[in-house]
Amino acid sequence: MAAIEMKHIIKKYGDGFPAVNDVSIDIADGEFVILVGPSGCGKSTLLRMIVGLEDITDGDMIINGQRVNEKAPRDRNLSMVFQNYALYPHLTVYENIAFPLRLSKTPDADIDKRVREASTLLELDDHLERKPANLSGGQRQRVAMGRAIVRQADAFLFDEPLSNLDAKLRGQMRTEISRLQRRLGITTVYVTHDQTEAMTLGDRVAVMKKGILQQIASPRELYEQPVNLFVAGFIGSPPMNFLPAEVRGDGKLQTPLGPIALTTDLQRQAVQGHDVLLMGVRPEAFEDAKLVDPDKRDKGDVFNAQVDVTEWLGNEQYAYIPFEASAEIRDQLRDLSRELDSDQLRTQLIIAIDSTSRIRAGRTADIWVDTRRMHLFDPKTGVNLTRDEQAGARLTAEVEEERREEMEEARNMPLGEAPDVQGSSSGDGSVGARDGAGSRSSGTQEAGSRRV
Amino acid sequence: MNTSRKGQVGWIIGAILIMFYALLPVAWILSLSFKAGDDINNQKFWPTNWSFENYDIVFSSDLFTTALRNSVGISLIATFISVVLAMLAAYAVARLEFPGKSLILGVALAITVFPIIAIATPLFNLWRTIGLYDTWLGLIIPYLSFSLPLSIYVLSAFFREIPWEMEQAAQVDGATAWQAFRKVIVPLAAPGVFTAAILTFFAIWNDFIFGITLTSSEAARPVPAALAFFSGASQFAQPTAPIAAASVVVTIPVIILVLAFQQKIVAGLTNGAVKG
Repeated sequence: MAAIEMKHIIKKYGDGFPAVNDVSIDIADGEFVILVGPSGCGKSTLLRMIVGLEDITDGDMIINGQRVNEKAPRDRNLSMVFQNYALYPHLTVYENIAFPLRLSKTPDADIDKRVREASTLLELDDHLERKPANLSGGQRQRVAMGRAIVRQADAFLFDEPLSNLDAKLRGQMRTEISRLQRRLGITTVYVTHDQTEAMTLGDRVAVMKKGILQQIASPRELYEQPVNLFVAGFIGSPPMNFLPAEVRGDGKLQTPLGPIALTTDLQRQAVQGHDVLLMGVRPEAFEDAKLVDPDKRDKGDVFNAQVDVTEWLGNEQYAYIPFEASAEIRDQLRDLSRELDSDQLRTQLIIAIDSTSRIRAGRTADIWVDTRRMHLFDPKTGVNLTRDEQAGARLTAEVEEERREEMEEARNMPLGEAPDVQGSSSGDGSVGARDGAGSRSSGTQEAGSRRV
Repeated sequence: MNTSRKGQVGWIIGAILIMFYALLPVAWILSLSFKAGDDINNQKFWPTNWSFENYDIVFSSDLFTTALRNSVGISLIATFISVVLAMLAAYAVARLEFPGKSLILGVALAITVFPIIAIATPLFNLWRTIGLYDTWLGLIIPYLSFSLPLSIYVLSAFFREIPWEMEQAAQVDGATAWQAFRKVIVPLAAPGVFTAAILTFFAIWNDFIFGITLTSSEAARPVPAALAFFSGASQFAQPTAPIAAASVVVTIPVIILVLAFQQKIVAGLTNGAVKG
């Protein structure tokens, strides 16, 4: 049990390049925090600094109120699951799990009890006498986790633990990790580049880019109130749409789709002093105009556009609408997609429409857009001008309570019985990325409060 | 199909030729060692009467048995020290960045190409002055200096193969650097350690130059040097057959060692450490 505080952590390598630049994060006792970002953003380096495998160039790393910058990994009492598991090939599964206990000179009877507890929890009982070389990827992963939980560590650190597994197993292990964390109630820091993992597992998610912390908040706050263009584009799949918007005198924005009215006060404030903005709209803020309730229809705007391609997925439908943008905007969007590790070739709108919609490729259609959920970004700095700080903080604070309750529940749960992780998704249905994050389970609901 | 069979036959013939070429002298020595008395002049490859007479002579001679004891003792001690030192050095070379690392490797390589005979005379004088002449230690020290570079090279290659994560995992699990080295790295590098140990042991066991220049009595003289002082059953007989018998006796530990360690030198021990 431990709280981890990072204060202005800086990591510079020999050539002076800051891999991690002035990152401050407070992690509460029992919290599940995700470090996420595209490759090379410094998330793994930060994790390795927490555990002590990487020197800290500057700043304070405080675990349980004690500065640990100069402490060796073994004196920090943290346990870590490595990306490639790092099992000891010359030892059996049993001895692998027992390894930390043997080092701490635990009595044999105690070791046996705890190893068997861990192996039961992870369903490894049948494999205890086997060598890691003879195990499947998922089993090795579980052995690595067993080695981490067998010791009463102050915190768990995961370095992309699921990236070596296939998609199906990854889903299973994800719920497994989440269940385990809630059950044990141990502070956890988890590095991933997979945003589904980030959204589903984390109480709070720290988004990093090039060594700089962009935003740390609950997944829902990241999704609904991103601080800048990068976070907005990184969180959500399909990603947020970005459109150039010229500010007109009459309270409207001129976009490639046509004029769009500003609806909220925040939006009207945001356009002050700007000529051109980047408009960001989530795919699900659009809808086939024919299928929108008349009273709801007035809250947004309708435009007419030529649909290029549609994708019908059963429960939902995506439509692609290409648009023209100036060379400058195009370059900027391309830079952004490069930063996000994706390579978007054309400027197009991806919209999610109801699966019953009759909109087909090649035709023009009336599309409704919920302008209340539109964000405006400064095209130069990328700052979100329409971010509602209070609404964001509220979102994060709300779920901090939920986390507490869940941990209470999970702790009262007898061993071997899983909490209901497949529970119904709460919220208004507009939450979460569509590739699975949308069906976020109640057992892994985001929680935590903004502390940065 | 046809070509591959042809190729196979070619390989087998080649292998037989090479084995014949390599083993003929060994067989010859073996047969010589069983020829008693004047039988060595029988103009035949095999002895007319198989006899253990030469082995009796060899083992009844103090010269040989004390030399054998010296050889075994010196070789084992020098090998042990050499491998332990090489393990530590190779670990540093493989894992740590320190100034002068390339210099160390360069010097180590230079030592291996250095002609041994060139330092035999200076060592002889030096050892006599400081009293190491004709002692075990006097032989062990030069053996170490010549066997270490090879061991370091062999072992550092093995250490480099072991993923960093192994050690880091051990450290996070609560191991000191020394515990991580001893409980994780060394067991994983065991094939390398055995390889280095065998190579070192052979080099020392077979050494003649230091053996003959740095010793003068039975106190430290190893077998290869002792053989040169060998006399037969009588002062006047050519001791060819007893020497052959002694050679066979000396070869046996080497063969046993190879067979014993062969099973230990199993690569692929690191399989399963990381995702395969």
